[in-house]
Amino acid sequence: MSKSGSNIVRTTTWSAGPGCHGGCGVLAHIKDGKLVKIEGDPDHPWNQGRLCARALAMTQYVENPDRLRKPLRRVGERGEGKWEEISWDEAFDLIEARMKKIRQEQGPESVVFSMGTGRDIGPWICMLAYAFGSPNVMFALSGNACYSPRIAAIDAVQGDFCVFDAGQWLEKRYDDPRYKVPECMIIWGYNIPATCPDNLFGHWIIDLMKKGTKIIAIDPRLSFFASRAKHWLQVRPGADAALAMGFLRVVLDETLYDRSWVKRWTNGPHLIREDTGTLLRESDIDATGSETNYLAWDRQKEAPVIWDTGAVAYSESKADCALSGRFEIRLADGSIIQCNTVWDGLQTQVAAYPLEEVEKITGVPAEDIQAAARLYANSKPASIHWGVPIDMTPGISPLCHAIATLWAITGNLDVPGGNVFTRPAFNAVAYALPGAEGVIKLKDQAQDKPRIGADRYGPFNRFVWRTQTDLTLEQIFSEKPYPIKGLWIQTCNLLGNIGLDPKRWREALQKLDFIVAVDLFPNATTQYADVVLPAATFLEKDGVRSWWVPLQSINKALSVEDCKPDVEINFELARRFDPDFKWRTVHELYDEIIKPSGMSYKQLQEKVWALAPEGHPSVPYHRHEKGLLRPDGKPGFTTPTGLFELYSTLREEWRLDPLPHHEEPPWTPVSRPDLAKEYPLILSTGRRSPVYFHSEHRQIPWLRSIDPDPVVEIHPETAEQHDIGDGEWVWVENWMGRARFKAKVTLVVPTWMVMATHAWWYPEKKGAEPELYGTWEHNINMLLPMGDQGKDGLGAPIKHNLCRIYKAGYQEQ
Amino acid sequence: MAKNPQYGLLIDYEYCTGCYACRVACCQEYGHEAGSSGMQVIEQVQPLPKGKAYLCFLPFPTELCVLCAPRTKKGLQPACVQHCMANVIQWGPLEELSKQLGKKPRMVLWSPR
Repeated sequence: MSKSGSNIVRTTTWSAGPGCHGGCGVLAHIKDGKLVKIEGDPDHPWNQGRLCARALAMTQYVENPDRLRKPLRRVGERGEGKWEEISWDEAFDLIEARMKKIRQEQGPESVVFSMGTGRDIGPWICMLAYAFGSPNVMFALSGNACYSPRIAAIDAVQGDFCVFDAGQWLEKRYDDPRYKVPECMIIWGYNIPATCPDNLFGHWIIDLMKKGTKIIAIDPRLSFFASRAKHWLQVRPGADAALAMGFLRVVLDETLYDRSWVKRWTNGPHLIREDTGTLLRESDIDATGSETNYLAWDRQKEAPVIWDTGAVAYSESKADCALSGRFEIRLADGSIIQCNTVWDGLQTQVAAYPLEEVEKITGVPAEDIQAAARLYANSKPASIHWGVPIDMTPGISPLCHAIATLWAITGNLDVPGGNVFTRPAFNAVAYALPGAEGVIKLKDQAQDKPRIGADRYGPFNRFVWRTQTDLTLEQIFSEKPYPIKGLWIQTCNLLGNIGLDPKRWREALQKLDFIVAVDLFPNATTQYADVVLPAATFLEKDGVRSWWVPLQSINKALSVEDCKPDVEINFELARRFDPDFKWRTVHELYDEIIKPSGMSYKQLQEKVWALAPEGHPSVPYHRHEKGLLRPDGKPGFTTPTGLFELYSTLREEWRLDPLPHHEEPPWTPVSRPDLAKEYPLILSTGRRSPVYFHSEHRQIPWLRSIDPDPVVEIHPETAEQHDIGDGEWVWVENWMGRARFKAKVTLVVPTWMVMATHAWWYPEKKGAEPELYGTWEHNINMLLPMGDQGKDGLGAPIKHNLCRIYKAGYQEQ
Repeated sequence: MAKNPQYGLLIDYEYCTGCYACRVACCQEYGHEAGSSGMQVIEQVQPLPKGKAYLCFLPFPTELCVLCAPRTKKGLQPACVQHCMANVIQWGPLEELSKQLGKKPRMVLWSPR
């Protein structure tokens, strides 16, 4: 600190504050312990000096008069808004006593730990839950429908997740000679005001567009990208998988794929039995053979050849495997069966989607699909970026499989400018994520046994280490197989934001014995807690971020009264719950997390960010060819077969259709024409605001003035039919309930759909029930159901439901 | 008011995404109250033939814009220019900026003072 009491702290954004998934380098200007200004760090390779409106408003956030600043204990009824301030010691003692009592009487799994979106909470809430002994960490959205379904679906078929390449692994970014600007990008269900989802910086796409990248936009709304796209495919919400199958149809019919890649790197040549519809295994033809070795047909010898999964190779090194054909195979018992190749199976599956049929399902003209598919497949390289709408439909896994097949067979996987495998920076993993075991883990496998949903859904034992959310809500009521008594809610607004059917969640909260809420501002959910703890913004803490690149430190710049960082709150309680708790200080924990980087946490804090060198398995490109992906160092992928699985062996094991396909979701005009008569409009929700992160920031004056009210977008013709004028208050209603919005009459939505903004509340209104900050008037989730998760427990109908609209009464205007 | 307007802002509005970083950056720099700023952003949805439309955002400097003289004197870029998420705002002498007009479509040169 200088003589004037001023200093500048270099740090990294993540979570509370801008609210985002983080990654921007910032310079926090501090004077006498207060934030006076925050700016983007021009020397940071991620944002290069840029910064979003939410981060730029941090001075109004940090010192906001509404902020929670002291621990609170409820003194009235839940929802009554009566509190008393207590000290941290009192709060910790109270929580320790109440939670230990539940643990003793009901078992540790009787406390669920609830988090919101993937921010700087995941590791610390897991640390607390695991120290307590509960495996039940819940991401509170129906169908866990944000990112982890996509990651699980992709990991299932290609082993590692991938993201679009904007040179983020390279310090010089676009100027690095190894990098290539994509000729074309598909932007699938993503709008730029969301800015930075999924640990990417959204405006990198703008950088690429300026460098010549052509855009294919898939979106029911006229988004920024749709306006500037070479092709805009205005898909009906929920029909994306049919569209992806249409793309595949064009690519297969017109041979726009890389045939040698398919032969070498996919299980396209493997054989499917006609009699059972399952893959032919070595154990089928030889009783002593392996169940995890598969068969293909060798054209050289006109005989079956074994795919040796352990060796990640065919047993005949010179085998020339057939991609197509029908072959006679003699089984171990002497019987003869017919087999087809996986590649032919995919062809058959795709053949069920002629473009005229896809046009009927999706509403996208056949010729536009054809033109867009040709542009994508003929562009080298080309990439795909997708948004959370992909997760927000129950058929998410086969949808992802279709899209992954597209980038794989067109030769765009792990190539510069394509879709590139991504891993936590330096493989530094804080807690269990798909495909990676973290430093923070349960003490033993037995502790994981009662995790809700793990016994029902395959992906929850392979990729997703949280509870299945819909089953968790159900279990609070059913108490089967065991009762839930406590809930730890951390920066997660269940009632005002993430919970669908929030009145059902309120009922669930009423049923629980003990609830703790950790947050920065009082909100609908904190009103239902027994103890409320004041958390800190990113500026008030030390932290570490490795999701995806670079490896970053968050460096503490200031403190605000009694507010405490989430990690410190959880650390203190974890020590109290677990006598064998491993770490003495938070920095010791951070040292262990970033150990793979070879740096200490202190060293990282000085650098603020670090990129792994070329040749590191967490760094592109062409890693499957170089053997950098697999622990055994063999070329291939980290899938069960070691190949990119056009036919998913895991989905076969889980008794789900192993090939990509479209499943018509619930609550669409197609699946429910009966309801559509009464509720003729498609209700879509959740379009992003540039100035809010979900339910956050409504208290920040600079931001609120930009987006002051809940808005529903209505097409001018639809508005006219309903006698609704721009700016009038309207009700959006279906069989579950209704919510009130200001009409924004605009051409950005089609006539047949309305888009209602989500997570709306008025912090300035009364917090006590029945107002609950206006939550019960404006929360669109009151129209969305729980319990419609996908067949594998993942995905939920959030982007598509049905509704009607009508003008609100005179007094409600 | 300056007698000889010399500096201006060149905006490539083709790529303005409507992120409002410019507006809030200005609020932070000068402490404007909510609603006021030296930069505002207009959203325009223009209907086009054949049932199409184009969504456009246009940032423009208001009466409160001082072209960040206090920053530029120190060699810094104006607050809106530095923070623009889409990098679509350039600050400089009008004469130099005007040379860039016509090099690509959808550009506007503001001379606010």
